[in-house]
Formats: sequence, C-alpha cells, structure tokens
Amino acid sequence: MIDRKHIGYTPPPILWDVEKGRIAFFAKVIGLTDPIYTDEAAAKAAGYRGIVAPPTFIFGAPGDSGETMKLIETLEIDLGKVLHGEQRFDYHAPVCAGDTLRFQSKVSDIYDKKGGALEFVVNDTTVTNQLGEHVADLHSVVVVRHG
Amino acid sequence: MTFNPQEIAVGDAMPVLQLPPISRTTLALFAGASGDHNPIHIDIDVARKAGMKDVFAHGMLSMAYLARALTEWVPQRRILSYGVRFAAITHLGDRVQCSGKVVEKLTHAGRPCARIELTAAKATGEVSLAGEALVALD
Repeated sequence: MIDRKHIGYTPPPILWDVEKGRIAFFAKVIGLTDPIYTDEAAAKAAGYRGIVAPPTFIFGAPGDSGETMKLIETLEIDLGKVLHGEQRFDYHAPVCAGDTLRFQSKVSDIYDKKGGALEFVVNDTTVTNQLGEHVADLHSVVVVRHG
Repeated sequence: MTFNPQEIAVGDAMPVLQLPPISRTTLALFAGASGDHNPIHIDIDVARKAGMKDVFAHGMLSMAYLARALTEWVPQRRILSYGVRFAAITHLGDRVQCSGKVVEKLTHAGRPCARIELTAAKATGEVSLAGEALVALD
C-alpha cells in the first residue's frame, strides 16, 4: 500500500524550456503536418507568438525533469506495476517555442479499489509561462497494480 | 467533414484517422520526443521482468495521435480542454484508429462550445482510449 501521508505532496516547481527542435521532432513522430508546429512564419501568420506546442507536448516536462521518476521513488511504487489511467489538459493560453514554463504539481489524492488490488495516485499540475500567464492545468491518474 | 463553428451540430463526425501499425521504432522515437522514458515501452528485458510479453505503446502516444486527429479537424486554439481514460494497452502491431463526434453544444464560461467525444480503437474494435474535448465555437 502507498502511504497516504503522501496526499498533498508538493515537489519543487519545474522550469521547462519549450524548444522548437523538440516540437518539430514530436510533430514528426506523431505525423503532424500543419506548419504551425514547424515554421515560425506560418505560426505567426496564424496569430501565435511562435511555433506552437501540440496539445499534449507539455506532458514532456515531468518526464524530462525527472519529477515523474522521483515521485515514483518517493511513493515507493514499483515502476513495472504502473499504468497511466487518465490524463486531462485544460488550456488557458497558447504555449510556443521560446517559452519557459513553470510546472507546480501536487499529489491531490491516493485511493484504492478492489480491496487494495488497484491503487490510484492523482496528480494536479498548474502550468504558467514567463509572462506570468496561466497556460494550462494537467490532471493525471496513475494506476498501480498489485498482484 | 469540414469544421464550421457556426454550423457544427450534435452528431457531426470528426474525420477518421487511421494510423500505421505500432512499431518498435515509433516507441523509441516517441520516448525521446515525449520525455516519457519509462523503459517498459522500449526495453523488452524490462517489459518481461514486469510480466509483459513485450514492450507496449505509451498511453500518451495514442493520446497524441487522438489529438492529431482532433487538430486536423478543429484548429488547436479552439481546444479548451482535452482528456482521456486509458482503457486498454496498445501492443506492437496494433493499428490505432481515431474517431470522434459532437455529442453536445453548450455554454461554458460564457462561451458557446461543443463537446466532442473522442475514441482511439484497435482494428479488433477494442477501445484503447475514451475521451473528450471541449472546443470553443466563438
């Protein structure tokens, strides 16, 4: 069982640079062809400050920074038993190449089902940019399978 | 069907996006591109140790494909929220198909919006992701 004392755990914020090369790589792997993801002039013509981060791109920050792995270690979870259960993004403002984003996450809940055979860790993250704009919120549910 | 915010109606369908079979190469590249470095998706030894027969796709890969299908229909700036529930594991060789339809028109935070139900499914018909997006119509 995951210790319920971790409910409310708030790791230090992450600062994450949004890089155009990384966006282009992500767009290529997924097969995105809209030039707003690769061409600055096209993005600006579409009304953006710069090359646009695709909808799920910002999920890269907790992985890149090591926060995801650190959370798994802190909660003493076996990585091999972890599945992603739910993921949600609420968007408030565009994210563009050149931005520096700040991610502040919190373990908002830990609960179990099926007599403890499945445990759920709920994580909520607020994302702001270098302009102080609140750009997005992330809501994640991770499932830990026991047995 | 072209997305026209003035004329969009409940029941309108998003164009279906059919992806190629999931390959090891795609999983390796997506691990790097997405920042999801969980070795269970790229290292067969780790996957086997965890009781799986082989590596399997990142849930976020299908979520990104489903977002691609959505943004090829609705301009990204109209998307107010996007969420999914990961319903089944996507394996190597699976052919993911993304589909969606408008299920509700509503007012959210004073803005006219449409709720789009989104689904990623395998060739067998098994749903791997069930989700929805809220898109602005103003």
